[in-house]
Amino acid sequence: MKRFVYADNAATTQISDEVLDAMMPWLKEGYGNPSSIYALGRGAGHAIEDARKKVADALSARPEEIYFTGCGSESDNWAVKGTAHKLAAKGKKHIITTAFEHHAILHTCMSLEKEGFEVTYLPVGPMGVIDAQQVADAIRPDTAIVTIMYANNEIGTIQPIAEIGKICREKGVWFHTDAVQAVGNVPINVVEQNIDMLSLSGHKLHAPKGIGVLYIRKGIVLPNLIDGGGQERGRRAGTENVASIVGLGRAMEIACADIPGKIARLTPMRDRIIEALLKVPMARLNGDPKRRLAGNINVSFPGVEGESLLLSLDLEGICASSGSACTSGSLDPSHVLLAIGLSHEVAHGSLRLSLGDMTSEEDVEHIIESVPPIIERLRAMSPMWEHMMKGEIVL
Amino acid sequence: MLYSDKVLEHFANPHNVGEIADADGVGEVGNAKCGDIMKMYLKIQNGVITDAKFKTFGCGAAIATSSMATDMIKGATIEDALKLSNQAVVEALDGLPASKIHCSVLAEQAVKSALSDYYRRQGVDPTPIVGNVEECEACHGL
Repeated sequence: MKRFVYADNAATTQISDEVLDAMMPWLKEGYGNPSSIYALGRGAGHAIEDARKKVADALSARPEEIYFTGCGSESDNWAVKGTAHKLAAKGKKHIITTAFEHHAILHTCMSLEKEGFEVTYLPVGPMGVIDAQQVADAIRPDTAIVTIMYANNEIGTIQPIAEIGKICREKGVWFHTDAVQAVGNVPINVVEQNIDMLSLSGHKLHAPKGIGVLYIRKGIVLPNLIDGGGQERGRRAGTENVASIVGLGRAMEIACADIPGKIARLTPMRDRIIEALLKVPMARLNGDPKRRLAGNINVSFPGVEGESLLLSLDLEGICASSGSACTSGSLDPSHVLLAIGLSHEVAHGSLRLSLGDMTSEEDVEHIIESVPPIIERLRAMSPMWEHMMKGEIVL
Repeated sequence: MLYSDKVLEHFANPHNVGEIADADGVGEVGNAKCGDIMKMYLKIQNGVITDAKFKTFGCGAAIATSSMATDMIKGATIEDALKLSNQAVVEALDGLPASKIHCSVLAEQAVKSALSDYYRRQGVDPTPIVGNVEECEACHGL
């Protein structure tokens, strides 16, 4: 039988058995509306509060600072739009972010620009890591919020969150981080790191899709993004997704129980794959080799186009992703790869593999054995590679 | 990306991959910046395309359309090959996702570009016969 290797954990993850077990009662017999007065509803209400505490504990936050949302993108929208609209009344209409944020942040910022806000997109440098000093230098008296991702979704680079948090706190500017890729993969302490708002998403941690969290530090009150009933203490309307909330609580508990252990297990796997892939002629690693998520591999193979690489990997049973234009749904390749200085030509040939809790040593072997011959085959039929070899295209 | 089985089949085992050393016409369209380059080689005898090969840098659809287009023009007269439309290639592949239609346009242009080269080698101005082989619209503005 053909081996199946799921190496796209940064895109989404499988719901784990423990999480599904925790959820099932709330999909079946515990279906009551948590807002109801009777026991069936109260039980669901208690389950939500129990999950809230688990999420809070995992971040060193307080339960009353945790708000369940529909997804990571909603959390990002709420944090940035909410802050912008609230502080605009005080004349603060400037936002600081980076050039390589997830679209949930970038497109939110662009939408605010149309409303008259000014956005500074900090350049990220060739390693894909920003310098906290860049943030300090960009903060102005009218800066409403600094929003910087904890770890990049494509190249896995980890940003100096604690340093940025300290700077923002000292300057009295709210600091939001999109930690969708980081939660469960790096230790997070919102108090010590001076994080005012943090977004996370369930489906990256073996919880279901369609459940997210926004942590909002006590003392900050944002205008609602979703108005309606009094759920989430009146700040996020909509009947609670009880089973998914419970699942997320359990997933956070598991994911954050032994982060050093996860890092210790995945880092050697990651580095073995990177080492093997960099033996392919002209391959280059995208993003800092050390300051990156333990499961993230992002390598470019010039002369090869990413989507055909992914399809070829799929034929070998390997699920991965790419920053090529063909897979981004637009004419341009990944904005992340362009932000770290890759040319369009090289960005088209990128491959992201993201390892996770279920990745085995055999999976690693299968990846290492499968990728180089695929690159060789695609290059053999690539006129771009031919031009490169003849020196007609210089990258 | 929802590809038809036919597209996946032509991607996994593309027909006519390679070069023709003594080709009578060679055409190349697309560019690396866009992420698509197609190069087509034709062998032509007595107005008939006796062999066609290609090399393509591009997505699954680009490779599949190259494979299908070369299949369709092999054995055809130049006249018939010039009538090959991107739509015919798309239909032969049981359809392409909307965002991939430009790949089939590229395949049609690659054939025309190779035929233009053939005429130029014969000392014939290809424009009245083949027309202008335009760059794909998607590339404009880059």
